[in-house]
Amino acid sequence: MRHGQYRFIVGFLVLPLALYAIFVISPFVQAFYYSLTNWTGVSPQFDFVGLQNFQTLTQDSLFLRAVRNNLVLLVGMPLAVILLALFYAFLLNVGGAGSGVGVRGVRGSGFYKLAFFLPQVLSVPVIAVIWAVILDPTPTGLVNSAMRRVGFGGSGWLADPNLALYCVLWVLVWGSVGFYLVLFNAAMSSIPRDIYEAALIDGAGRVATFFRVTIPLLWDTIQTSWVYLAILALDVYALVAVMTPGPGGPANATQVISLQIAQNGFQFGRAGYASAMGVVLFFFTLIIAAIMLRATRRQRIEY
Amino acid sequence: MGTPNQYSRRLFLQRAVLVSVAAAGGGSLLTGCASGGGGGTESGGGETSAENPFGVQADAPLDVVIFKGGYGDDYAKFHEELYKKKFPNAEIKHAGITDIRQQLQPRFNSGNPPDVIDNSGAEQLPLATLADTGQLADLTPLFDAESIDGGKIRDTLNPVAIEAGDYGGKILVLNYALEVYGLWYDKTLFDQKGWQPAETWDDFLTLAEEIKGDGIAPMAHQGKYPYYIQQVTMDMAVKHGGVEVVKAIDSLEPNAWKHPSVKMAAEALLEIKSKGYMLQGTEGLDHIQSQTRWNEHKAAFIPSGSWLENEQKKVAPEDFATTVAPTPLMDGSKLPFQSTRVSAAEAFIVPAKAKNVPGGQEYLRIMLSKEGASKFTELTAAPTVVTGAGEGLDLTPAAASASELVKAGGDNNWNYYFFVWYSPMRPKIETAFGELAAGRVTADEFCAACQKAADETAKDPQTKKRTRS
Repeated sequence: MRHGQYRFIVGFLVLPLALYAIFVISPFVQAFYYSLTNWTGVSPQFDFVGLQNFQTLTQDSLFLRAVRNNLVLLVGMPLAVILLALFYAFLLNVGGAGSGVGVRGVRGSGFYKLAFFLPQVLSVPVIAVIWAVILDPTPTGLVNSAMRRVGFGGSGWLADPNLALYCVLWVLVWGSVGFYLVLFNAAMSSIPRDIYEAALIDGAGRVATFFRVTIPLLWDTIQTSWVYLAILALDVYALVAVMTPGPGGPANATQVISLQIAQNGFQFGRAGYASAMGVVLFFFTLIIAAIMLRATRRQRIEY
Repeated sequence: MGTPNQYSRRLFLQRAVLVSVAAAGGGSLLTGCASGGGGGTESGGGETSAENPFGVQADAPLDVVIFKGGYGDDYAKFHEELYKKKFPNAEIKHAGITDIRQQLQPRFNSGNPPDVIDNSGAEQLPLATLADTGQLADLTPLFDAESIDGGKIRDTLNPVAIEAGDYGGKILVLNYALEVYGLWYDKTLFDQKGWQPAETWDDFLTLAEEIKGDGIAPMAHQGKYPYYIQQVTMDMAVKHGGVEVVKAIDSLEPNAWKHPSVKMAAEALLEIKSKGYMLQGTEGLDHIQSQTRWNEHKAAFIPSGSWLENEQKKVAPEDFATTVAPTPLMDGSKLPFQSTRVSAAEAFIVPAKAKNVPGGQEYLRIMLSKEGASKFTELTAAPTVVTGAGEGLDLTPAAASASELVKAGGDNNWNYYFFVWYSPMRPKIETAFGELAAGRVTADEFCAACQKAADETAKDPQTKKRTRS
């Protein structure tokens, strides 16, 4: 490289790197430090307490409950979103009635894409409010009156400790499917049509094409989505805070780690303890991302 | 209340850095935090006199931050005008905000807090933590000072203001607004139907049966926030067993929650639920949803405090007469029917590290004058802790019935503090009440759950235990 080129590159990088260091790296480092203190969050004075916060965490029944709930979301949410999104994307791309020649999507696929993608443009609190109204627990609520029409009894939905977490899970899935549908759709359209047509000529049905052609060719995209969705499932703060009774209720059925962090950090004046939770969540996310990337590694197919 | 705080994990971390950058003053983080901000008290300087008991420096600026919630902040602008009239050279900085914590947390951490704060709302700073870490100026001199209208300030106030501000023998908080709790109903509807709020539990059940027969749910509550139903249940327990019941709970005494009166009140609540007197699905409604249904006459009674009328102003029908009734008496109650929980709210504080502590105290003294207090009531329809300041004003039905109840209850009224004193215990207790109101636990299980939460709090080394006198 010519003399001065490094300086030129560094000149461009220094500002974004500095911003990244100040607003991303340094908060992480500080959270690590604060997790070892009894900082209240509202006082410049605090003591260093070593690992005491982490010790308390292992016995904090609410925190453990939150971890359990997060695990349910962590398993359920990516699974449901990816399966649904793949299924719909497949229908939109190659699900159309065969007209003799070629492969195409179902009729009106453009409209479906738009309809599914719509939740993505709404902010999370808006989604939460909309669903809280739809799932109104009184007999005159939208879902409840619809269910009564068709002869089912109503339900408490978010007010029912046995259902609340699954309601949150459903809203999460509803809000995310559209984006992944569009993502998978784009990836699928880049798969050459002739591969599908060759498969059809070889006598492969829809199901076989889906599992033998589409999924292997989409694997990279699915893998990335999986990791991203897992991270999303670990942070459902806004949904839970707006929708659920308490929030985090009923009977702590929808308690999640991020909610515990906010409560301890801001309402209880225990920012040190909340930082410890944040550190646990950090490693949690890191480990899960690493495991998922490793476990789903496959040979890449070139086409 | 009830507006959830919109925090994400990311936001929390971002905020943490802002806080510590401020704390460090741009320097090294660790040393910056450990040594704290440099800002000290630069107050004083002025001479003390009868007119100026705290020695306010006439030209010292005053920085006022007001929680702009249900009461707005017009009243504060009036108080600032009064201050300005007294100290024309003082520059007053006014901020009416709702996100108190986000805006003030960094200022506390860097030792540069405002001079007066109305620390209220869903995003208030943790008051007990501020008190325990010595960040609040002692307001005892204020309470012992001469009132602007004559007489010691302490004697012009409802005693609950003194009790509520007391943190270990020092008064650190001025709770300004008087809040009255009870069961609220529409007097217009009740008059039409010929109903009367019941005085005894048996009468209450008879009335509830009649209301139910009319196609109205006798009771609704703000199920998403079990604080409300907790309120009336605790009231019934206190009326039955006397104020000692709640003093023991405040002091985290062993088995305080297993007191027979608490259990009886829990059973009463279960009875309302099991007899179908509760609006169906109310346990999943938030305060606006449930109160609006109450305004629509889908429910007859709803628990709340004296801010209710103001909160529902926009949706309540024209002739809706929001009126408070005390909770009914269970058999063998020690307190009379006409008594209730009265609390002092809108927590005004003067930070110990404020630049103008005397100015802050003087500002509070102005608030506590007859002129300042009656303006507050006039603008907000809410009574203040200043006795008799609302007299002669044209009151709304809610305010009139609430002040009547305060007067009728007199010394029998009470307040409790465990929610403010032990914030980590609060969600646990609320969860227990939520389960009880939904009828998913027995009274014994409920008492045990609350007691467990209290015992955990008592054992927690990070929580400062307090006792009632």
